Amino acid sequence: MPISRRKFLNMLTIGSAACLTLLTPISAFAAWASDAFNATKIDDAYKTLFGSATIVESDEVKLKVPKIAENGGAVPVSVKTSMKDVESISIFVKDNPNPLTATFLIPAGTIAGASTRIRLAQTSTVTAIIKAGGKLYSKSQEVKVTIGGCGG
Amino acid sequence: MKVKAKVKNNITNVRVLAKHPMETGRRVNKESGEKIPAKYIQELTCEYKGKVVFLAQFGTSVSKNPYLAFSFEGGVKGDTLQLRWNDNTGEVDKTDAKIK
Repeated sequence: MPISRRKFLNMLTIGSAACLTLLTPISAFAAWASDAFNATKIDDAYKTLFGSATIVESDEVKLKVPKIAENGGAVPVSVKTSMKDVESISIFVKDNPNPLTATFLIPAGTIAGASTRIRLAQTSTVTAIIKAGGKLYSKSQEVKVTIGGCGG
Repeated sequence: MKVKAKVKNNITNVRVLAKHPMETGRRVNKESGEKIPAKYIQELTCEYKGKVVFLAQFGTSVSKNPYLAFSFEGGVKGDTLQLRWNDNTGEVDKTDAKIK
């Protein structure tokens, strides 16, 4: 039975709708922030991720990262805070080719803290930014690197 | 993905070690002189009882075989956590982990 043009188009619509429904659970929470991750300057990354909101430096943001890293390929970093209503925690490495390293979304009921390992291409300032109650708080620390983690 | 989840004082601590090369796309194969294409995890989620309890978005600056630790309130011994990552090439890995 030949398929009419109209029928074919209908099938396409149904097909793509089904695909979209299947994909939504992944992207419903928050789509991967590609523009912010691809930004090459830290200020651009801030702008695409947070808009023009001001970032206040705060000691309430506890950033734990070594002062000297022998291997820039795996630098342990952990961020935590006692602040309430934390929405997200982001980590930036100022002098990396793409400064935005990771963003953690903290749903209600999850402890505001995370640890991971990051790459540092060279000695750089590492900044953690916490979004809590719609406001932004940051804490920075310099990490000296003896062997870089990016490139050959 | 290796996952360890432990509940203590009504807080579940989760540690994840994902096996992944995390290629930045800037590295060059020394023999052929060609660039190694980027391949890195973009999102890692942890679900408990159908609710997302943690979502991480990664860029290329996260170390290879990414390590991640976080904790959430609640969680019952013997319950299952669903972890999942997807990378920029569309590859997906899922692991279920029991809370101990």
